[in-house]
Amino acid sequence: MTKLTDLTISDALDGLAAKKFSALELTDAHIAGMESARGLNAYITETPELARKQAQESDARRAAGNAGALDGIPLAIKDLYCTKGVRTTAASKILENFVPTYESTVSQKLLDAGSITLGKTNLDEFAMGSGGVTSAFGPAISPWSGADPVNAVRKLVPGGSSSGSSTAVAARIAMGATGTDTGGSIRQPASVTGTVGIKPTYGRCSRWGIIAFASSLDQAGPMTRSVEDSARMLQVMAGYDVKDSTSVDVDVPDYVAALGGSVKGMKIGLPREYRIDGINPETDALWQKGAQMLRDAGAEVIEISLPHTKYALPVYYIIAPAEASSNLARYDGVRFGLRVPGENLNDMYASTRFAGFGKEVRRRIMIGTYVLSSGYYDAFYRKAQRVRRLIRNDFDEAFKNCDAILTPAAPGTAFAIGEKQDDPLQMYLEDVFTVTLNLAGLPGICVPVGLAKNGLPMGLQLIGRAFDEAGLFTVASVLEKAAGFEGRPAFTA
Amino acid sequence: MSIDQKTVAKIAHLSRLKIPADEQIGVAGELNNILGWVAQLDEVNVDGVEPLASVNDAALRARPDIVNDGGRPEDILANAPAKTADFFTVPKVVE
Repeated sequence: MTKLTDLTISDALDGLAAKKFSALELTDAHIAGMESARGLNAYITETPELARKQAQESDARRAAGNAGALDGIPLAIKDLYCTKGVRTTAASKILENFVPTYESTVSQKLLDAGSITLGKTNLDEFAMGSGGVTSAFGPAISPWSGADPVNAVRKLVPGGSSSGSSTAVAARIAMGATGTDTGGSIRQPASVTGTVGIKPTYGRCSRWGIIAFASSLDQAGPMTRSVEDSARMLQVMAGYDVKDSTSVDVDVPDYVAALGGSVKGMKIGLPREYRIDGINPETDALWQKGAQMLRDAGAEVIEISLPHTKYALPVYYIIAPAEASSNLARYDGVRFGLRVPGENLNDMYASTRFAGFGKEVRRRIMIGTYVLSSGYYDAFYRKAQRVRRLIRNDFDEAFKNCDAILTPAAPGTAFAIGEKQDDPLQMYLEDVFTVTLNLAGLPGICVPVGLAKNGLPMGLQLIGRAFDEAGLFTVASVLEKAAGFEGRPAFTA
Repeated sequence: MSIDQKTVAKIAHLSRLKIPADEQIGVAGELNNILGWVAQLDEVNVDGVEPLASVNDAALRARPDIVNDGGRPEDILANAPAKTADFFTVPKVVE
């Protein structure tokens, strides 16, 4: 029989229903894997006792005929989601000992569906980064680094910011994980670890109880080893929440039913502006290969134009830091988190925040404060908001002529820990293909499509119309089937 | 536009970040790099373009203006770095 940790969520649900194994056995297999793979630093906090207790309750529910949609499925939760009674750090020293007294809406929905919480996964501090390397708890190491990743000469990043989530899913120490995506933090890690990740439409999932980075861009989403598993998780995570006024009250369609649909007659756009200067030839080749797969499946592939693409990253690096500087003002050493004593109240604030925030977070707070400050607000912040509208208008125009858009998901394969850290701009470019969607609020999914010559995975991104995650799942499952990606990290638990 | 050490000190104060003086020059260099790069937005003509603050087109929903939470001082104070009875405590602010 396949190892329990190798199963997809869909297979595991079948196995549980057929009583081939219990939720406790499935959970214990993952707890053992989590312990054996601890060197990957995927988890900041492991919750094995809680997981076992939840697994026993799950088995009891199933025996009584009350199993939920994800009953007995062991999941990992990004440590940006507040979890009641379980430490939640945002990978920051400033929240090192923070234990929420409430549960985020999305993680509560996953619990209500019967899922098991294995622990809280590592990330870039406050989700600010693209390699997981800004975590105050040390970087997560990609299982693609080698058969012995911890001792590999080049330890690869699992992407970021959802670094622990992509690591856990790829290394088979969680069946699925939650991520958050503000500029690419679900899709870029999925691309470099050979996993599937979807950033839903802004407003599709509640942000309540998820530690805020940039509120007009942040979205929750699942990370899994198959498109179907992402559909199953998003089904549970999505929906209007009275506690988040930006969540949108629209129906959540049956995502699993959307799988296996046909792309015959669909129009798939390839934006010519995504063929950026100096694009990695392998990335470009994979993109064309993906387009051919969809063509072979009956779709019509057309070239489209998104003229303001090149301005998306600069817009993002004004708007996201501006919102972050405001959101992170709450960490003042008074109500929760770290406090460093000072000579007076102001000195206490400033000492606490300097000691508690890492370098990248401080940098973004400073940029955000600057672009919002008197005299610069119009030149930077308002200007960025105006260009943001042009970027969204580009997509509105494009979707008049196509049903979905296919692009690369990341510029290349995973880089190594220590690389791209001297110059922040180099790191920011990791999100060049993903960040446009956050600005426009659109859904995007990353599907693993092939291996590069260096043996590392590469994914492609599909972009859909607002709230058309179902359509996106249809195209993604066709691409997944055509690609037949069977890449597997050299190390798995 | 160029950020000097004095500007860094001012932004650091507005941000309530106690950046040591010997780090401020380095920070100025980093911020100048990033702000120089975002300045490419100057190429874009945005005449008559309304700023986009939120991608939600629908008006935000209102709810009845009634208290629907509260009365949980233990929860609120559970993570307080310093507290006395049902209060957060801070350094003395009144001379």
